[in-house]
Amino acid sequence: MSLDAPNRALDARSPSGPLDSRWTRHLEQVSLVSPANKRKRTVIVVGTGLAGGAAAATLAELGYNVLSFCIQDSPRRAHSVAAQGGINAAKNYQNDGDSVWRLFYDTIKGGDFRSRESNVHRLAELSANIIDQCVAQGVPFAREYGGTLANRSFGGAQVSRTFYARGQTGQQLLLGCYGSLMRQVDAGRVKLMAHREMLDLVVVDGKARGIVCRDLVTGQIERYAGDAVVLATGGYSTVFYLSTNAVNSNATAVLRCFKRGAFFANPSFTQIHPTCIPQAGDYQSKLTLMSESLRNDGRVWVPARPGDKRPPHEIPEAERDYYLERIYPSFGNLVPRDIASRQALYMAQEGKGVGATGYATYLDFAEAIARQGENVIRDRYGNLFSMYEEITGDDPYHAPMRIYPAPHYTMGGLWVDYNLMSTIPGLHVLGEANFSDHGANRLGASALMQGLADGYFVIPNTIGHYLANVRLDPVSTDHPAFAAAEAEVSGRLAKLLGTNGKRTVRDFHWALGRIMWEKVGMSRGASGLETAIREIQALRAEFWENVKVTGSTGNFNKDLEMAGRVADYLELGELMARDALERRESCGGHFREEYQTPEGEAVRDDAGFTHVAAWEHLGDTVAPARHQEALDFEFVTPSTRSYK
Amino acid sequence: MSTMSFSLRIWRQDGPNLPGALQRYTVHGVTDDMSILELLDRLNEDLIAQGQDPVAFDSDCREGICGTCGLVINGVAHGPKSQCTTCELRMREFRGGRTVDGLLEITVEPWRAGPFPIIKDLVVDRTAFDRIIAAGGYVTVNAGSAGEANDLKIAKPDADAAMDAASCIGCAACVAACPNASASLFTAAKIAQFTHLPQGAPERARRALRMVEQMDAEGFGDCSNHGECEAVCPKGISISNIAVMRREFAKALLGGG
Repeated sequence: MSLDAPNRALDARSPSGPLDSRWTRHLEQVSLVSPANKRKRTVIVVGTGLAGGAAAATLAELGYNVLSFCIQDSPRRAHSVAAQGGINAAKNYQNDGDSVWRLFYDTIKGGDFRSRESNVHRLAELSANIIDQCVAQGVPFAREYGGTLANRSFGGAQVSRTFYARGQTGQQLLLGCYGSLMRQVDAGRVKLMAHREMLDLVVVDGKARGIVCRDLVTGQIERYAGDAVVLATGGYSTVFYLSTNAVNSNATAVLRCFKRGAFFANPSFTQIHPTCIPQAGDYQSKLTLMSESLRNDGRVWVPARPGDKRPPHEIPEAERDYYLERIYPSFGNLVPRDIASRQALYMAQEGKGVGATGYATYLDFAEAIARQGENVIRDRYGNLFSMYEEITGDDPYHAPMRIYPAPHYTMGGLWVDYNLMSTIPGLHVLGEANFSDHGANRLGASALMQGLADGYFVIPNTIGHYLANVRLDPVSTDHPAFAAAEAEVSGRLAKLLGTNGKRTVRDFHWALGRIMWEKVGMSRGASGLETAIREIQALRAEFWENVKVTGSTGNFNKDLEMAGRVADYLELGELMARDALERRESCGGHFREEYQTPEGEAVRDDAGFTHVAAWEHLGDTVAPARHQEALDFEFVTPSTRSYK
Repeated sequence: MSTMSFSLRIWRQDGPNLPGALQRYTVHGVTDDMSILELLDRLNEDLIAQGQDPVAFDSDCREGICGTCGLVINGVAHGPKSQCTTCELRMREFRGGRTVDGLLEITVEPWRAGPFPIIKDLVVDRTAFDRIIAAGGYVTVNAGSAGEANDLKIAKPDADAAMDAASCIGCAACVAACPNASASLFTAAKIAQFTHLPQGAPERARRALRMVEQMDAEGFGDCSNHGECEAVCPKGISISNIAVMRREFAKALLGGG
């Protein structure tokens, strides 16, 4: 199929043949761009997290001209920086039976058999190269006294394959990546545009040829042209208002691309992370994650008797319910995130929840401290414990942490083929912004792996195939498509500022978040989803009549920035609810109340739903169309996930 | 616990090169667990509802790791609690503090340093830090060219020392606190990270020379050992890193490795 035309057939362009040599053979078959021609090509990379930063640096190393954009004041602050626990790699340094196959299998099973075999296997293969690359950059991973790299365990795995840098793994990987990016800035191969927000994609002759941005400092609207666009703008968990994501994390870039023709895959697949600090009040602006790595040493429990309000130290062992160990004896506290979160919800619903609100469970380190000593625990998790103490005022060395699930990651995202190209020719999507590798649930320590695999190793090898095979006439920013996109962007900003209603942006965002959390969150039912769609539509209508945005467009204006993002979330929220409604099965993080076992475990419908749902925007007043990409399982047999 | 009421004096400035001034605002109903940024969120909601321009401040992760936020609170960069970023600072820290007219008083100002022009109100431009890193804060290694990770053994104490230095979040509190507006702690932390690691060795001299020269070119002042930087650093980066930087710079000047 031609690379020039929109990929409406959702051809994944996956290689065939033996699974473990697909990527190698693909590399042998993709077209190359000569060094002289790379110098003539410009690639626009939006986002400077692990995926975007790695892509921008690596494409520049290869000789492309790169324009790199981020909304932060520096690329070093992209939200990948906040990832705590670690990054998986199939190195088998612990001699505990790990292999590329096992990492592949754990990931595809963890995703509840809703991802592509080819993609996931490639990810597992590349995992080892990532660790090599990061060590070479000087990333200070944890080490053993003999000087070798240390590992720890993470949920959903029975081997120890997670590499880490204290509780700041994302920060250290990102700083390594940022260093490589800044080296290319110094070399003049990357032009860095910080404090820029992408507000539209420019499509010329059916191909992605540029973007329209707002300079967040001056307020100027700017146009940039290139030969391809790489989008690495992260996930959309802040649609829930309260999430573990940064307050500026947003879905505007992906939603604008959706409206320009990129299909949106599995928008309802969101991850609610089980171990976050519970909400304390209505003033709250975000929820803070406590790394999943804590479940290696912490034991999760609630009082065995509903309504038991005694403080934790007064509840004897016999009157505690270590519910994950009880229900899942083989994985215990290390069950995957979706399962741990759902069980926490059930405990709260049974009246066994703890803390002031009853929406919390305990994560207890007393036994680990008694067994290994406080110093060992401090060395492993010191920064997380002090973060917990700063936020709650409680000391987790002496009292159990209180934790509860919170929105954390979105497996859904723009649909991409094996080369990471969306349905719009030339628009490539990386990292959390795409949908590719995690199916219906992502395993811990796999997001960093995917971001860096996409950025360092996949896109540098696949973008050339596009550039070498399509006709790309010179396009300048004077092209009418740029003028039209800029006019739309400016009109939208003017409308936001001109509405001058009574209700603040934050108030709308809060209201949307409540709808999403209650009806499109951890547990979803058909009637709730139908109600959610109606409520979001009504809220969106009110937004455009009654929002109050202060200031002007010509300067630094946080209120205006947030207004645009919330407007887009009011559209994406509805799309998520529609997708959840149409997927009449439970799988991974998508739990439909109608489809469960008597014990409350998810029931998939493989005959009806072994596919990716990809949504097409058909207009602002028309419902989007749902398309399907069938998932073929040639090498693994989808089974009922059991962690018992 | 009862709620608190605050009288806030906040620096307002419409843009770079415009005059600014402290303005007073009152916020009631503040709880212990609120962060100071959530207090400003609340104030901004009130200001927006009244049709006034909200206070511009920047923040992102709100969990102390991205380095975006940074306010001088009662004269101290990141406020009164040690090893705590502005976003992690909870209002319980202000109980029992100075009052005016029965309200707890807090003064909030931006980072002040010549190389950090004010963008608006409490937001400053810190891109000088990016240029210092671009001058050498990395190991030159293209993707794909790395060897097997465990072939390189690094003693745990060296890896730990590198990690201590690498914990810097680039918030620039060190510059804001320094009477000379020196960026020495920031620059030194990155130089020291690579000094502790074998991967940093091939570019050691070049890195020290170029990063220090860039730091000077940006207009940051010299270090005169006040130690204010270490005192306010939310990540506890040690001033001993500056000694490492000086040694590396001197050795590089003399042509040593």
